[in-house]
Amino acid sequence: MQHIEVNHVSLVYDTPGGKVPGVDDVSFTMAPSEFLCLVGPSGCGKTTLLNIIAGFLSPVAGEIRIGGNAVNGYGQDRGIVFQDFAQLFPWRTALGNVTFGLEMKGVAKAEREAIALEQLKLVKLDKFAHSYPHHLSGGMQQRVAIARALAYNPAVLLMDEPFAALDALTRDDMQRLLADVWRETRKTVIYVTHNVAEAVFLADRVIVMTPHPGRVKAEVRISLPRPRDPLSVEFLEYQKALLRHLSEPSRADAQ
Amino acid sequence: MADNVPATTAGALRTAPGATTGRGGAWWRTPVRTAIPFVVVFGLWEFVARLGIFPKRLFPTLEEVAQTFVELTARGILPHHVFETVLRLIAGFALAALVGIAIGVMMGRSRRAEDIFLPLVSICAPIPGIAYAPLFLLWFGLGDFSTILLVGFVSAFPIIFNTWTGVKAVKEIWVRAAHSMGADDRRLFRKVILPGALPYMLTGLRLGLAQAWRILVGVEILAAVPWGLGWMIFGAREFLNTDVMLAGIVAIGIIGFILEKFVFERLERYTVVRWGMMTA
Ligand SMILES: Nc1ncnc2c1ncn2[C@@H]1O[C@H](COP(=O)(O)OP(=O)(O)O)[C@@H](O)[C@H]1O
Ligand SMILES: [Mg+2]
Repeated sequence: MQHIEVNHVSLVYDTPGGKVPGVDDVSFTMAPSEFLCLVGPSGCGKTTLLNIIAGFLSPVAGEIRIGGNAVNGYGQDRGIVFQDFAQLFPWRTALGNVTFGLEMKGVAKAEREAIALEQLKLVKLDKFAHSYPHHLSGGMQQRVAIARALAYNPAVLLMDEPFAALDALTRDDMQRLLADVWRETRKTVIYVTHNVAEAVFLADRVIVMTPHPGRVKAEVRISLPRPRDPLSVEFLEYQKALLRHLSEPSRADAQ
Repeated sequence: MADNVPATTAGALRTAPGATTGRGGAWWRTPVRTAIPFVVVFGLWEFVARLGIFPKRLFPTLEEVAQTFVELTARGILPHHVFETVLRLIAGFALAALVGIAIGVMMGRSRRAEDIFLPLVSICAPIPGIAYAPLFLLWFGLGDFSTILLVGFVSAFPIIFNTWTGVKAVKEIWVRAAHSMGADDRRLFRKVILPGALPYMLTGLRLGLAQAWRILVGVEILAAVPWGLGWMIFGAREFLNTDVMLAGIVAIGIIGFILEKFVFERLERYTVVRWGMMTA
């Protein structure tokens, strides 16, 4: 059974300057617990597509199904991590941020704090449970955001370039951590990035999008054992393959 | 993990042990720096007063003002004036805060409310508060009721404006995160919009309070209330009691200082400053 189905989804932005296509006729499906990376040049519509799947935007054509049900607006079955560090609530501690979803679900205080602490442990931040976000570094804030999106136990995790604004060393750490978190939680993950090495390191499957307006250009299954070695020959081969797909003109569309 | 270093470790180290010695000064630096302008002004005042260019009644020395202040306090007159004024201030300001925040939030959240209120508020706000006074006194009669209503009306404007701005400045990403975590409208409001807009709302409340002072002292005379600092100050003019006027002004200054130091600064320290949404 497929967990997520994206069927011929298109979106057009209505701007004062006219209509701007966001994404154009995108289709793919995902198995439960699959880790999918969306790769594409900046401005091709990755964020738009993720926001449609999250339910923040309604497509003008096509539909999304999650677990067989058509998506109609946002919902607690999807956890979301944005690129912007400012996504955390500054008026809540790390723990308070992570408990938010559970609080909305009506989970009792003691229980939701226990669960939240467990999630913070998963991202190795239990020591900072009582810190406010402005006392945490960017990488730590993003880890809190991941813990927050996992805490209320959604089946799907949507991530929009969560590590793009971090320095390279921290980003490597974060990728390893995320791979571990995914192995333990077995969420279905859609992860947006424009970094091919990141995609090869994390994904079961990579979808390459065309430049604006975004369409699916190619699909690449990454069949490397985990944990992956970014220095192995196979890893580099996959990177090259993705880069080739990204740079080759749209005429030779793989679809 | 290299990333486990909190972003502000350096800052915390600099300020944590003995925060008062910050920027290489001793603890008395700040109070002294604050006191200097007052010492200069008081010195000049005393100098002019003792020169005797002006009649003593119109330009009393600091000593005489202090004496009057102490005497009025001891006889219970000043405390009575202060009590009545502060009560009106609190009542009017509370009214302004409630109504102002409610309208400001509505304007920030709903396009319809914005279209209705913004033109009204924009036109009414710049009109000096005292200009409304005769109208209020005719409609609602002399006395406390009109005074409090007018204070509330006039000081609501800065609160409305700043709350509106603050609500509009709430980050869309917070709203999206809260929605995806299952927040309904009511909880989105209480747990995201309100704290998110708080820095602006506090600014609005500060400005509102200043506005409330201004209009209250003026309207106390017009509204023919028997007690109140405004009444005391204007009443003193009849008998050329300059020292009483100055004692009243000093009392207003002290109350303002207390409200700023012990209410607003504290509120800020425990909220927006602690959350890093505003620097101290
Ligand atoms: N709110 C918006 N209004 C109008 N156009 C938008 C908006 N958001 C994105 N776009 C346009 O849609 C296209 C895709 O944007 P986006 O999904 O953010 O791309 P990506 O995330 O891949 O960089 C871009 O051309 C962008 O200019
Ligand atoms: Mg994007």
